[in-house]
Amino acid sequence: MSVLTEVSIDTISQPANDHLHGDLLEISMGPHHPSTHGVFRMNIVLDGERVVKLKPVFGYLHRNHEKIAEHETYLGSMPYTDRLDYICSITNNWAYALAVEKLAGIPVPERAEYLRVITGELTRLQNHAGLIGFLLQDMGASGTPLMYAFREREKILDLFEALTGARMMCNYMRFGGCRRDLPSGWMEHAQKVVDGFPRFLDEFERLLRTNEILMARTQGVGIVTREQAINAGISGPMARASGVNYDLRKVDKYGIYDRFSFRVPLGEHGDVYDRYMMRLLEMRESLDILKQAMRDLPSGPIMDPNTKIRNFRPKAGEAYGRIESPKGELGFYLISDGGPNPYRYRVRPPSLINLTLLEQMCLGHNVSDVVIILGSVDIVLGEVDR
Amino acid sequence: MNLEEIKSQIEANVPGCSLEIIPNASPSGQHSLLVDPEHALTVGSFLRDGASPRFDYCSNVTGVDWPLKETTAKQKTKKIVDGVEKEVEEAVKTSTGDYLEVVYHLFSLEDRQGPLVLRMRTGDRAERVHLPSLTPVWRSAEFQEREVYDLFGIVFDGHPDLRRLLMWEEFTDHPMRKDYVDPDDYEYEPTAHDEVLKRTQAHYAAQETPSGAEEAR
Repeated sequence: MSVLTEVSIDTISQPANDHLHGDLLEISMGPHHPSTHGVFRMNIVLDGERVVKLKPVFGYLHRNHEKIAEHETYLGSMPYTDRLDYICSITNNWAYALAVEKLAGIPVPERAEYLRVITGELTRLQNHAGLIGFLLQDMGASGTPLMYAFREREKILDLFEALTGARMMCNYMRFGGCRRDLPSGWMEHAQKVVDGFPRFLDEFERLLRTNEILMARTQGVGIVTREQAINAGISGPMARASGVNYDLRKVDKYGIYDRFSFRVPLGEHGDVYDRYMMRLLEMRESLDILKQAMRDLPSGPIMDPNTKIRNFRPKAGEAYGRIESPKGELGFYLISDGGPNPYRYRVRPPSLINLTLLEQMCLGHNVSDVVIILGSVDIVLGEVDR
Repeated sequence: MNLEEIKSQIEANVPGCSLEIIPNASPSGQHSLLVDPEHALTVGSFLRDGASPRFDYCSNVTGVDWPLKETTAKQKTKKIVDGVEKEVEEAVKTSTGDYLEVVYHLFSLEDRQGPLVLRMRTGDRAERVHLPSLTPVWRSAEFQEREVYDLFGIVFDGHPDLRRLLMWEEFTDHPMRKDYVDPDDYEYEPTAHDEVLKRTQAHYAAQETPSGAEEAR
C-alpha cells in the first residue's frame, strides 16, 4: 500500500511510455552464446526489453594472423587463409592469390580462371545456403530449415573433398593457377548438384518466403539505409540489400567475370528480410554463372609451368587485391621489400567491417531481434578477429 | 584515374596542404598519395564530397611499421691525397624509416574507380604518434582505426571511441610493431606447486612493476 501512495498524480497522468522508468539492465551476451556464431560478445544495455546501447567486444579468436604471415613465406600463408572465414576457404585463397598475382604480375591460364569461378561460385552457394539455415534457426524455426540447407551444403562440400582433399580447409589456389585439376567424373557429379539445386531453392522459398512469422520478425528490423551502408563501408549482400549497386564481380571484373551474364539483386528496405532474400536471389545468379562456366570450361594447363612458386621473391612494392567473397569485399594488402616473406600482410575482413553499424541496427529492438540482426550480417569470427 | 589530376584537384581546393606521390614499383601500379596530417581531415572531406570522382567508399584502413633502418653503402669518390688524385672508398650512411604509417584505400562507388591510396606518417615511433582520425569522414574507418591503434600504437585524434579492438584492455604493447617481443607468458596464473612457484618468481623478477607479486612470493 505504501508503494501506491508514493506515486504522484503527475506521473500517472503522463503518457504510458514515459512513466515506466525502471532500472537499466546490463547484460553481457556471449562470448559463448549459440546465436553469436562463434566467440563474440555484445555488452547490451536494456531498458525493459528495448536495446538502448550495444557495444560489440572482439578479440576472443584473435591470433594475429597478419603477424604470423610476416614470418612465413608467401606460399606458406596460403593454407592459413583457409582459417579466416572457415566456411568459404576457396574464396579466401582466391583473394590472397589475386593480391599476390597483382604484386608480382603473374598471369593465370584460362582453364584455371574457369576452375576458380566454378569453385568460387560453389563456395558462395554453400555459404548462402548455410546462412539462411542458421538465420532461420536463430529466428526459432528450429531444425528443419537448417537441415534442409545443410543437406545441400554437404553435397557441395563432397565436391570440394573430391577435388581438394578437404571439405572445408581446401587450400586450392596457387599463385598463377590452381593446385589440382578436376578428377575424373567430378564434372558429371557437379552437374548433378547444380541441376538439382534450383529444386531446393524453390522448395525453400515456397516454404518460407511469405511465411507470416518470418515476415513479422524480419521486415522493418535492423534497417540500414543506402547512404549509411556506403559511409560505413558495408559490402557484399548486406550492402546490396540496402540498394547499393556494388558487386565486385561487375565492378572490378576480376578473373573472367566479364564473360558471364548474371544479374545483381538489389534490396529496397535494407532490413533483415531483404538481407535474407538477397542470399536466396544471389544463389540463383550463382547457379547461372556456374552453368555458363561449366559449359565453357576449356582444356589446357591449370598453372603456367614457368611460374615460380618456391623461393618466390616479388620485387619491392605493394598491391591491394580484392574479390567479392560471399560475405562481402575481401581484400588483401601486401607490401613486399624484395624478401621471401611479405613485409606487411593485411586482410580486409568484410565480416568485421559489416558489424560497424550493428549498434545502430539494434537500437530500439528486442534481444531476440539482436540475434537475427547479427545473423543477417553473416559473420565468421575467424575472419572478424583474425 | 590519374593520381596527378587528383593531386592537383586537392591542391586547388585545400589551400596549404602538401601532398606527395609515393611511387609503387610493383606491377599493380597502385601509387599512393602522402597527405600531411594537419590537412588530412579537410582532404578527406573534399575527396568524399567535392572531388571528381567522389571517393565515397573507404574500403581498407591499415597501419605499417617502418622502424629506423640504417644502411651503409660504399661509394667511390675521387679525392686529391698528397697532391695525387686517387679513388677513395667512403662509407655513406643513409637512414630511412623511423615512423608509423597509416594507409587508406578509397574507392568511388559512382564512377567505379579506385583504389586511391592515401598515406599518413607519424613524426616518430615513440612520442609523436598522433594522427587525425578520418572516421568522421568515413565511418568504415571506425573499427579499423581502433585496430591500428591497438596493434600499432597510432593514436587517432578525433576518433569517437578509441579503445583496443582485438587485444584486451589491460594489454600494454602493440604486437604488430616490428620490434615487438612476446611476453614469456600471455596469461600467467601462478599456482602453488614447486616448479611453478620457481617460474612465478622468475616471471615476476623479470617484471619491473610486479603486480600481485606479494601473494605469489
